[in-house]
Amino acid sequence: MSEAAIIRANNLVKWFGEGEARTVAVKQASFEAHYGEMLYIVGPSGSGKTTLLSIISGILRPNEGSVVVEDHDLWSMTDDELADLRLNKIGFVFQDYHLFPRLTTLENVAIPLILKKMEWNEALKLAREYLEIVGLKDRAELQPVKLSGGEQQRVAIARAIAGKPDLLIFDEPTASLDGDTGRKIVEFVKSNILNEKRAIIIVTHDSRIYEFADRIMKMEDGKIVGYETNHFNEK
Amino acid sequence: MKPVSGIYRIALKLLMNDKSKFTALLVGITFAVFLMVMMMSMFSGILARSCAPVYNIGAKVWVMDPAVNNTNSSIPMPDYILSASRSIPGVKYAVPLYFGSALLKLKDGTYQAATVVGLDDSTLFGRPEMIEGRIEDIFAENAFVVVKDAEFPKLENPKIGTEFEINDNRGTVVGIARAASSGLFGVPTLYTTYNRAITYIPSARFTTSYVLIEPKSDADIPGIQKAIAKLGYEALTRDQFVKKVSNFYTFKTGVGMNIMMMTAISFVVGLSISGQTFYTFILENIGKFGAMKAIGAKGNELIAMILAQAFVTSLIGYGLGVGAASTFIIIAKLRMPDYAAQLTFQTLGLALVMVMIIAGFSSYIGVRKVLQIQPFDIFRG
Repeated sequence: MSEAAIIRANNLVKWFGEGEARTVAVKQASFEAHYGEMLYIVGPSGSGKTTLLSIISGILRPNEGSVVVEDHDLWSMTDDELADLRLNKIGFVFQDYHLFPRLTTLENVAIPLILKKMEWNEALKLAREYLEIVGLKDRAELQPVKLSGGEQQRVAIARAIAGKPDLLIFDEPTASLDGDTGRKIVEFVKSNILNEKRAIIIVTHDSRIYEFADRIMKMEDGKIVGYETNHFNEK
Repeated sequence: MKPVSGIYRIALKLLMNDKSKFTALLVGITFAVFLMVMMMSMFSGILARSCAPVYNIGAKVWVMDPAVNNTNSSIPMPDYILSASRSIPGVKYAVPLYFGSALLKLKDGTYQAATVVGLDDSTLFGRPEMIEGRIEDIFAENAFVVVKDAEFPKLENPKIGTEFEINDNRGTVVGIARAASSGLFGVPTLYTTYNRAITYIPSARFTTSYVLIEPKSDADIPGIQKAIAKLGYEALTRDQFVKKVSNFYTFKTGVGMNIMMMTAISFVVGLSISGQTFYTFILENIGKFGAMKAIGAKGNELIAMILAQAFVTSLIGYGLGVGAASTFIIIAKLRMPDYAAQLTFQTLGLALVMVMIIAGFSSYIGVRKVLQIQPFDIFRG
């Protein structure tokens, strides 16, 4: 793990609603994630993990505070600049994968490349290489619904890394998988996807995969309440 | 690099691979286009037929009673109108035209209504194109020229020499002619001379249905119209007369309103089916569109995708609908010569505009929904 931070969040505050209905979801949250690091954000339901994840990935504007990804101050950017930054710097793996059921696995993986204005055949060629990385080259022409949950998760990972992002965001990656498959997926990500030029942030409350984290950031009631460093994984 | 083609390809695959939705959309739009085109074609055909005599006679200026609102309901004018017309500066020549109806007794004893056109004896102005016989034979005793159109068989497919009775007068077919357009009312048309027409067919005190004027030049037409107006009558150019007849059928009979309503209903049906199906499609994929937004798709790219889906589907539906309507009209005309529908460029253009409105409406509700979805909602589930 490098000491250089890929992302710096400073005093983030986010509330929803106004007046008496106001709910503060994130309170004065500051943290950093480093290149080569697998950082977990954990906490009970309603602790603000997902809100924090959305703010640091440039899809939910905070009420206060700033987020700097590499040298880009996210919340001083326009919507289109943010979209470009997400496309080029951040990869997402959603809890429900959100793969298009009417497209083939290969076409799903090619979406970020097509959004990057890559020519169709070239995008498919490259997408096939990413499917090979996640071990699903032979499933390229199948529709996602014909794949198992673990395989769909791998397709989502292939799609997330297809854009060569520096930061990968996983939202509850094991929530829809059985324990063994969930562990295998995270282990795979740790061994094959994480590298010194990339950081991975995982929001989870699945303690069975904590062993793969480099650091675990704990949240409660919108606050960061502490860190745990997994010394076993220190490189 | 082809910057947008990939996005469109993804968009179309998303929709077309959803076979049930795509089929429902296509069926809805095709059916709506079919109905709209059929309705407008029927109306167009009716209008064309209602104006058929104006085209067939071909005069540049028609003089008539101002109360005339369609060719068949001519109001006879006094003879001095013809004389007065001839004396108007700018008139090259003016001739009378008789236009009326008669009952013909055929050889088998049955009666058949027919339209009789009486052409000016000295010029035969407005004569039809002959396909059998010679037009000069119209001056022979009891001579009539029969128009070979969709109604021709109603006169038992007469040949040259065929005889019939018209108001106790003998009529003899001396020629078969071709007319540019068939009439609206499903009756055969006979041509004869003006004098024979007013002699054989009982008429009121006045006998001239129309005065047909050939101006020296088009620039003389406004002056001629003013001079005729001073006489208390109306002089209309061919286009003005066609417009007057069209307006009559469109606005003063039930035909126009009924067909317009049916067209509007077809449009609403297409709009509803297409809008509803497309909205359901967008709703089913809303999470995926949100995920695309999170990945980095811009608002305008998602709009482009939805527009591509709506407009390509609509254009395919338009093509199928027009194809179905054309096939129907062709088959109907082969089996029913009286069938009046005609497909015009205006009809196709208007149907295209309505389909584009359907596509625009469908995309609008889709675009609204997709732009409303926030990537944050995807994380929240």
